[in-house]
This record gives sequence, structure tokens and C-alpha cells, in this order.
Amino acid sequence: MSGRHPLLWTSRSQHPPLHFTFTHSTPTLLETAEQIRDRLVTRFPAAQIVLVPNPGPAAEHSLLLDATHAPDIARFLRDDPVLRLDYCSNVTGVDWPDKDITGITKTSVPDPAGGPPKIVEQKTVRRQPGCLEAVYHLYSMALKHGPVILRLCTANRIDAVTLPSLTPVWRACDFQEREIFDLYGIVFEHHPDLRRLLMWDEFKDHPMRKDYVEPDDYEWEPTAHGAVLERAKAHLTPATTAIKEGPKP
Amino acid sequence: MSTSQVSGFNTQVSAPGPFGGPAGPTVRAVHDQFHGDLLEVSMGPQHPSTHGVFRMVVTLDGEQIVKLKPVFGYLHRNHEKIAENTSYLGSMPYTDRLDYLCSMSTNWAYALAVEKLDGQPVPDRAQYLRIIMAELTRLLNHSCLVGFLFNDLGTSFTPLLYAFREREKILDLFESLSGSRMMCNYQRFGGCRVDPSPEWLEAARRLAENYPRFLDEYEAMLTGNEIMLARTQGIGRLNSTHAINAGLTGPVLRASGVDYDVRKIDGYGVYPRFDFRVPLGAHGDTYDRYMMRILEMRESVKILSQAFRDLPAGPIMDPKAKLRGFRPKAGEAYGRIESPKGELGFYLISDGSPNPYRYRVRPPSLINLTLLEEMCLGHTVADAVVILGSIDIVLGEVDR
Repeated sequence: MSGRHPLLWTSRSQHPPLHFTFTHSTPTLLETAEQIRDRLVTRFPAAQIVLVPNPGPAAEHSLLLDATHAPDIARFLRDDPVLRLDYCSNVTGVDWPDKDITGITKTSVPDPAGGPPKIVEQKTVRRQPGCLEAVYHLYSMALKHGPVILRLCTANRIDAVTLPSLTPVWRACDFQEREIFDLYGIVFEHHPDLRRLLMWDEFKDHPMRKDYVEPDDYEWEPTAHGAVLERAKAHLTPATTAIKEGPKP
Repeated sequence: MSTSQVSGFNTQVSAPGPFGGPAGPTVRAVHDQFHGDLLEVSMGPQHPSTHGVFRMVVTLDGEQIVKLKPVFGYLHRNHEKIAENTSYLGSMPYTDRLDYLCSMSTNWAYALAVEKLDGQPVPDRAQYLRIIMAELTRLLNHSCLVGFLFNDLGTSFTPLLYAFREREKILDLFESLSGSRMMCNYQRFGGCRVDPSPEWLEAARRLAENYPRFLDEYEAMLTGNEIMLARTQGIGRLNSTHAINAGLTGPVLRASGVDYDVRKIDGYGVYPRFDFRVPLGAHGDTYDRYMMRILEMRESVKILSQAFRDLPAGPIMDPKAKLRGFRPKAGEAYGRIESPKGELGFYLISDGSPNPYRYRVRPPSLINLTLLEEMCLGHTVADAVVILGSIDIVLGEVDR
């Protein structure tokens, strides 16, 4: 470290002298998601823990927890000496809308005339209910491994949208859970300060949801033209329209 | 000269204030009338110290901060929703606008996440070029940050203009390579967009070689400065346990003595081939956060000289990489890099369609602000400005 000014060390400041260390870190191995799941199942027999496989090349599988046990499991993962997941890196909201799954059932109907039985195809539409999901990426700064991915799902997307907040476990979730509350509408119980983060407080909807429809005048322009003018016309009173379009001959 | 001589009024020493404030000579009559009133001040969104459109609602007892609430969203444009409605490649130029000082590293973080999502290899030369760009960006960001920090300390623009002189040289290089000074749009999935000429590499090598001279000059001017020491040492202390729990990353975390650098932990790109050290702070105060930047720049120069020495010949794009009509398989991936501001991550969920089902940016600037209130409590407004300056935020990334 050349070039440090000598004044630093002869300062009147009462601050103890600075001490910088330089280190090389070595990453260590981690338990697989299956092993963590098995350990959690024995530790929390009442909890429902589902391993969600990731089919992509990243192959980082995640654990879907039930909402009631999630804070306890999170605290366990943070304090467990083998894992010590002390760092929650990323919290993501995901919207899974209701999905119609079309199935085809084939039934063979005997021919009354005595011929070969006829196969009748019947379409059935099953509605798979959607949910709002929060995904937590956990790492360990103490043991330098990760990620362990946790998922929490709400019961539906309309009225049962509460999930337990993990902010008491990891303070890092504070702003990120507020953002999810803002943009997805998941209500995090026991969050210390659950307010909108990015949108203004009076805003009504949750813009990151897949079925969000933006208001048709969101592209407001002082001198609208083209498509924006067409949309804006619905919001203009006749008097202002006349001013915008100029006097008619 | 004591305070009593300055004021020229009553020189009696009062008892500690009702909020536990320090005792001191005060003018009793005025003091009784106002003591105990808390004053709420809204700093921002158009405040020069907030580096953009950021607001702090500060509650003051006298000049001491007793409460501080950050307010976000003035630059919010729902970047994530826009990215969900466009192709994977279509978001690449838009990632430049997240951290508009460090577009090269932001590009890399996104490219890394997509490559992880699709399992794409990257040729060696492109990996080295990425490291060169990322470390040049780190030099640029840290020297500007130090300049801005001194702006916040009250040295109007002199250190900042020295930093801008160096930044201009780096931006000239970026412009001649990518066509744009700040919005570089340089990385691609599976490689880089342009191969630099030998002349460009030579110019960049000379720049990196000369950078320590600038740093020496910069440090000679700033590091030992008495005002700087008085204003930053012991200000905005942060202990490592709180910092880890609050998810702070980057130089802010390492100033508190936590050894966590994603370049070392994940070893993404070809960083394991490089010999560099990770500086750690001892006190977690504003001064350590300043020193972190200086020391990191010196390490970046070392990385750059190794990269220019070892840069292999070869293609800069994976020949099988597909840019147009790119459809990764269904799955998800979280890719993260050590950007100059901290851990920058991209989380992508693919359902097999040409645009991401979910696209999430993990913004280091936003999450590093989690403990802003704790750092500022008990300090004055002027200190809060310096503490915010030492955290290093960019509002394009905070609000997305």
C-alpha cells in the first residue's frame, strides 16, 4: 500500500489505528436440498415440506414450506450449526394465476348393433387454483455456502394472501417484503413496517400481478397525439377536447 | 475559545436534556421554550446530498437524529414488468439503466443469470474481457464515489473533478469499444459483443498501469486530511452481526470486517485464476468504508494487469449461442456477481417461452440502505449526508 499519507498516523484523532487484513476465502460444500428436507422433516414432524425440483441446468432445487411453520424453520436454518444460513440474499414475489388444465378422458361405448365398441373422447377442464409465492434465497456468510431456496405460497390470490414475515429472522427481508406487498399484494404478518415501498400510498392495485391492467391514460402527455390521444379522449371533457383539436372550420 | 465566550449571554451549564442529550452552556430562556420539541425534516427528493431522487424523513431533536425513514419510488418504472414483456435479449440494454454508472457489470450479472438458466458456456477470451470491463467499472465507480463523498463533506467538486478526469479516460475506452459511454450494452449470453483491437487493449493496459499514480495523488490529497478524519472516523458505525443479518453486501459489509466477496465465494467467470486480496475493515465506520474503496481499487489494478497479461486469443462468442429467438428450457436460476456496490443478482424463471416468466433484480443499493437509520441515529444531519454518501447508492437501481 504505497502512497498512504503520513498525516494519517500523526493525526490528532483519537481513533485507534486502522487495521486492514487481506484474506483468501475457500468455499465449502453444502448439504443437498434432499438432505436438508429430510433433516427438517425429522425436526418438524408436523410441518409439510415439499421438495420442488428445478428442471433447468442450474438444478438448484427449492423447499416449499407451509406458512404456519415457516418462521420456526427459518430460525432453525439460521441457527443450525451445520447450515448457519445467516444471510438472506434475495426475496422474490411470483404470481401464478389460475390455470385451466384440459384433460381428455376416453371411454369405450359398446355398439348396440353389435359392431366394435366406439371410443368417445370427452374433454374435461380442471381449474388449478393459482397462488402468490415468495421465494427466499439463503446463503451462509459464516460457512460460505449456498444457496438454499425456500418458497412460501398463499392459499389463493384473492382473499387469503397472508404469509408470515421472515423479517424478524433476517432483517434483509425488510424492504424486499415491503416491495412484494406493494407490487404483488402479499400481506406479510408480523412485518414491523408493512407499507408500500415503490408505489405511492394511495395506489390501489398491485402492478406486478400477471392480470394487472394498466389504466388507459397511463401514458399521459400534455400534448397528446396518435394512439395516446385516442386513449386520452375518453378522459377529456368536451371543452378540453375542443381546445386540443383546435377550432373546427 | 469556549462556547460561553462566543454566545456572550448566559454562561450557566444546564443539566442533560430530557432525551439524554449532552449538557452544555445554553441560553436558558430560549432553551426552555424549545427544548423537547422534535422537528421533522424532509430531506429530498430534490436534495443535492441524496445523489438522485431519494427522500429521507428525518426527525430531529436539536441537531441530533432520533428517527430516519427512507422514502423510495421516485424513479420507479417497473423495470421487472417491462422485462417480463420483452425477450431475454431485449432486456440487456435496459439493464444498463439500472446502475447507470456501472453498466458493464450490470450487463454481466444479467448475462451470467441467463447463462446459468440455459447452461451456456462462455469462451475464455470473453471471460477475460468481462473481467477487464468489470474491473475498469469498479475503478470508475469507486473513484467517483470517493469524489461524491468529499462533495458531501463540503469540498465542493475539487476531488470529484480529479475523479471525473480519470473516469473520462475509462469512458472514452468504453465508447470506442461499445459505441456508448455509459449505456454500453456490451455483454451477450455466451460472450461479448465486440472484440477489442490490439490498440484498444494497449490503451487500456496503459490506463491501468498509470492508475496507481492517480490513486497516490488522490490519497495524498484526501486520506490524511484532518477534516476528513474528524468527520468520518467513528461516524456511522456498523457492527458485523447487524450488517450480515440485514443483508448488506459489498464494501459496506467488508468495512465491518466480514470476509464476503462473491468474486472469491462463487468464483464466477475466471476469477479463481486471478491473484488478488479482499480488504477488510476493522471499525465499520465511514472512514473504513472510504478506505475499502481505495484498497479495492488498488486490487482491481492488480487484477487488470494480470488480465491484460493472460488474455488468450480465440472467439468472443460461444458458436452455439443463439441471440434471436432465444428460448431457454423451463427452469429457474439465480446468478449473482460482486458489482462495485455489492451483490447484484438476477433471478429468472423460465417457462420455455421467449420472454422470462419472472425477472427479478436483487439491487445492492436498495438493500444496503436497510440499516441507514441505525447508522445515523444520534448523529447530526450533516453526518447523515456523509453516511449516505459512504453507502454508495444509485437511484436507478434502488427504485428500478
